[in-house]
Amino acid sequence: MGRYALRRLLQMIPVFIGSTFLIFFMVYALGDPVAALFGDKAPDPATAARIRRDLYLDEPLWRQYAHYMGQIFSGHFGTAFNGQPVTELMASAFPVTLRLTLVAVAFEMALGITLGVLSGLRRGRGLDTSVLLLTLVVVSVPTFVSGTVLQYLFGVSWGWARPSVSPEAPLDELLLPGVVLGLVSLAYTTRLTRTSIVENARADYVRTAVAKGLPRHRIVTRHLLRNSLIPVVTFIGTDIGALMGGAIVTERIFNIHGVGYQLYQGILRQNSPTVVGFVTVLVIVFLLANLLVDLLYAVLDPRIRYA
Amino acid sequence: MRRGAPYSLRARPSLGAVVLIVTAATTVTGCGGGDGGADAGVIRSSWGDPPNPLEPANINDVQGGKVLDMIFRGLKRYDPRTGEAKNALAERIESSDQRDYTITLKKGRRFANGEKVTAASFVNAWNYGARIDHKQRNAYFFEYIEGYDKVHPASGGAPTAKTLSGLRIKNDRTFTVRLTQKFSTWPKTLGYNAYAPLPRAFFEDHAAWLRKPVGNGPYQVRSYVKGSVMKLRAWDGYPGPDKARNKGVDLRVYTDSNTAYTDLQAGNLDLVDDVPAQQLKFVRSDLGDRYISQPAGIIQTLTFPMYDRAWSSPAKAKVRRGISMAINRAQITERIFQGTRTPATDWTSPVLRRQGGYQPGLCGDACRYDPVRARRLIKAGGGLPGGRMTITYNADSGSHKDWVDAVCNSVNTVLRNDRACVGAPVGTFADYRNKMAGKKMTGPFRAGWQMDYPLIQNFLQPLYYTGASSNDGHFSDTGFDRLVNQANAASADGRAIAGFRDAEKILAERMPAIPLWYQNGSAGYSQRLSEVALNQFSVPVYTQIKVG
Amino acid sequence: MPEPFDTRYDMTEAIAPAGGGGLVDPAASGPRSPKGGPRRLTLPWRKEPGGRSGGPAAPTGRGLWTDAWHDLRRNPVFIVSALVILFLVAIAIWPQLIASGNPYHGDLAKAQDGPAPGHPFGYDLQGRDVYTRTVYGARASITVGICATLGAALLGSVLGGLAGYFGGWWDALLSRIADVFFSIPILLGGLVFLSVVTSGSVWPVVGFIVLLGWPQISRIARGSVVTVKEHDYVQAARALGASSGRTLLRHIAPNAVAPVIVVATIALGTYISLEATLSFLGVGLKPPTVSWGIDISSAATQIRNAPHMLLWPAGALSITVLAFIMLGDAVRDALDPKLR
Repeated sequence: MGRYALRRLLQMIPVFIGSTFLIFFMVYALGDPVAALFGDKAPDPATAARIRRDLYLDEPLWRQYAHYMGQIFSGHFGTAFNGQPVTELMASAFPVTLRLTLVAVAFEMALGITLGVLSGLRRGRGLDTSVLLLTLVVVSVPTFVSGTVLQYLFGVSWGWARPSVSPEAPLDELLLPGVVLGLVSLAYTTRLTRTSIVENARADYVRTAVAKGLPRHRIVTRHLLRNSLIPVVTFIGTDIGALMGGAIVTERIFNIHGVGYQLYQGILRQNSPTVVGFVTVLVIVFLLANLLVDLLYAVLDPRIRYA
Repeated sequence: MRRGAPYSLRARPSLGAVVLIVTAATTVTGCGGGDGGADAGVIRSSWGDPPNPLEPANINDVQGGKVLDMIFRGLKRYDPRTGEAKNALAERIESSDQRDYTITLKKGRRFANGEKVTAASFVNAWNYGARIDHKQRNAYFFEYIEGYDKVHPASGGAPTAKTLSGLRIKNDRTFTVRLTQKFSTWPKTLGYNAYAPLPRAFFEDHAAWLRKPVGNGPYQVRSYVKGSVMKLRAWDGYPGPDKARNKGVDLRVYTDSNTAYTDLQAGNLDLVDDVPAQQLKFVRSDLGDRYISQPAGIIQTLTFPMYDRAWSSPAKAKVRRGISMAINRAQITERIFQGTRTPATDWTSPVLRRQGGYQPGLCGDACRYDPVRARRLIKAGGGLPGGRMTITYNADSGSHKDWVDAVCNSVNTVLRNDRACVGAPVGTFADYRNKMAGKKMTGPFRAGWQMDYPLIQNFLQPLYYTGASSNDGHFSDTGFDRLVNQANAASADGRAIAGFRDAEKILAERMPAIPLWYQNGSAGYSQRLSEVALNQFSVPVYTQIKVG
Repeated sequence: MPEPFDTRYDMTEAIAPAGGGGLVDPAASGPRSPKGGPRRLTLPWRKEPGGRSGGPAAPTGRGLWTDAWHDLRRNPVFIVSALVILFLVAIAIWPQLIASGNPYHGDLAKAQDGPAPGHPFGYDLQGRDVYTRTVYGARASITVGICATLGAALLGSVLGGLAGYFGGWWDALLSRIADVFFSIPILLGGLVFLSVVTSGSVWPVVGFIVLLGWPQISRIARGSVVTVKEHDYVQAARALGASSGRTLLRHIAPNAVAPVIVVATIALGTYISLEATLSFLGVGLKPPTVSWGIDISSAATQIRNAPHMLLWPAGALSITVLAFIMLGDAVRDALDPKLR
């Protein structure tokens, strides 16, 4: 398993190079960012030309990329459009988003698996139908609506929580945004758990466990659930990257200055240092999450072995 | 039917694990305390982080301008009520030929760090702003000063001079300015933030100054955390007449004005200066009379690509006029904007007032909704080019889609064709600007103009003068240019304004841009505040607000 | 909608069949739990393939897939969901069947008005009829939803399945390619790939969603195949010399497909919404195309002013997703050999 993990870590290098180049190329393909720096007024051509030269934008693509990578390896991630170093932005955005993602993942795991197990074991009954309805609502009502409605109810009508998150973004203020962020994923985890439970409930090892006379809750949690978790864990592994980088709407509603927001700004302003820097970190997070998921397979199902 | 005892199955281990994870995360990441409370006497106000570094000649957006207006005072200042350009730091600005100006400063004015405001504070600041090496977004504001082409070569190359030759320091309190041409209203432009004076600290330790700007206005920056909050406190030693009547302002960064509005409702914020359109329906029941909406110096137009023969040929003047008459401005401003915009009938703004050049009705019938005549005019002009038109807008900022769709619907209803006019969103603002600069627009596009200073010149010359900086439709008319030149050279205010009005009448004839509506500034505030008002730039007049 | 999962399989599943009242609760007659007393544990291991006759059914002449089809045709869940889907496809092709109005024409004077005679769902912000737009929106949304889901699911399952089955270099290569695609932010990808497209058709949008959607399904498929290939019957089949293709199709696919179906059916709904996000960004469907997604996203900001603008297109989306979830469930059941 150690060698497997090492091999996987080594595979990060080509992915890193591939995705940075791809993202760099894509930001480049968006076109010239300088005009937008001047707001609604047309840029003065001389100033614009000077800004372009200073940002290496007048160079061909490969020279820009080489210059950027050279900077990265000497520890400079470049500057954002407003003159702030990208490393500074990352240092302030990633911890906040990490906390937000943790809340969302904890929520979708706890509630999703519970609801999934319950509805899987009681297929076709009231609870199962309610969970199905919840899934439909969550999928068809946009996050913007669920977010603003919950924000209004909790923040204004009942006064239980602050509508917006303060700059320090402590965990308790992130509970509501985390729930909103995790809602769509909740639909996935619930239904994945449910289906897995339904399938595995007929497996031989469950019958064996029953035959051995093990207590019911033990069968469900130790045997049934453990083996049913693989698809759920896989899903959450893919979801972490998406939650961290794609929380644009949630972060916007709750005024969280996290990764999604910075990435959004970076893309709209076509600032390649910001976009490439943030995506690079996200790719690493994503690869690590996938590795962790693959290692978890072996833990959850002893039959799976890694060379 | 099997309805037994409720099934009691719990996924305890996973719940436990989750609790553990959350607890661990709390310990690891550490939880700062929230900062929801308000300091006594301090206004908590919404803000947007300025996109450019906070240098006076580099700020061209309202949010940055808001801060500059609090920490700087220039030679002139626009009266927040009337918009009149009044002397602030200038004791007098004199000229005998509308080209050579002598500026004398008031005595005893200082920066908040104790440094005296001298003629050099202005001259150095303007030289800094004009020089191309500093890449200031507002450099072109100094283009009328002699020597600009040397410090800011049009090629973008290295400057051949370090300072503007047109600026000369006579003594501590006096300097002279020589312009490249006659410009009678030039002194009135000096209230713009690009002309603010700068202390020596700005040049000596630039990075430190940017982290915590020092100016000469009624407020001082106490702390500035980029992207989240700027805390300003009243400067007790401020010698001007407009001392702050509160203890300070905390400007909090919001990425969505809806969130700011919700925070205002929840009592976490005192002042929002942009009430989002979708909240307007209930704003009176939410805030009662703590909501204000008043005209601001902003006009929205649909500009035609006059470089495209399909739109600019002489026959198409009728089509452009017809489209203007096909837009039901009154209905759109009422239903889409809940009356926070006013149908436009000229190309300026009501904040100029009549004595400043605003003339309602100058556009005449062309800005009046008249389906029958509109249809006839468009037909007489040969119809829409290719039988259809698009209205191009940028999709990434503001909710332009709603009104663009409404305008198209209005045109389609008049033309009795559901597909004659459609909106054409462009993904990013940069792409949108590049399409304009590259002359790639194939139909009318949205253009919004927020004035830099309350002068009729600012609404006409930058937008419609041949080759002007914001003439995105590339309109060119020798008659218009000549009238603008004459107006600039006029020795008296009244003659200048009359000249600009004559020039504006050419716009009414040729319709290179359809005036849509004048935009209001809006604000909502909490019960803690009183005497809240907006100036013509839709920025709250912070110094006058009382807390408690 | 009545409980959608009441099927004849309930008998084999032993889970609360509404129509199975006559049956003895299998758990009650099962082994007592240590604490004694009949428990309501309705795990189905107790009940051997009772409801269906024939045990390990498939007669040698019939393949697993034919067998599944045979089962499906008799499954009421399948029939109901298929009918709903057929109906949706029909109105996507011929919206004028049930809506006589004009989805583009708006009367601003009626903006956001509630229901009126002849306009049962009220009006949107532009004064257009919400009912007509909901009906006409089906075409773009159903096309995007079905095609993008099919594309992403097929591409994802094939690549993920191969990666999971062969492991080693295959896995490394395919999974890392998926990772690179996964790293592309939707907004950036949309602006780059879709802003160059000038045609107003839905296909670029479908292609883009497939491009960004397949990596997730491929991860799910891979994880599922990795688990299933270790099962005894797969090992047995391989030991008996079954070819890779046969093992994959006949033994692994039917057992590994459930999570893919679950994710794909929910993704169908999110893809329909994603189209709206792209359109909102100015790179999706070009105006004046009507779609549920576009109407949902423009209604979202007006939720406080006119909730009815959201209700109907979102409801239509819900019904579509429900139909596909039911269909997916039925297909999964039909493919599950443990039910035979």
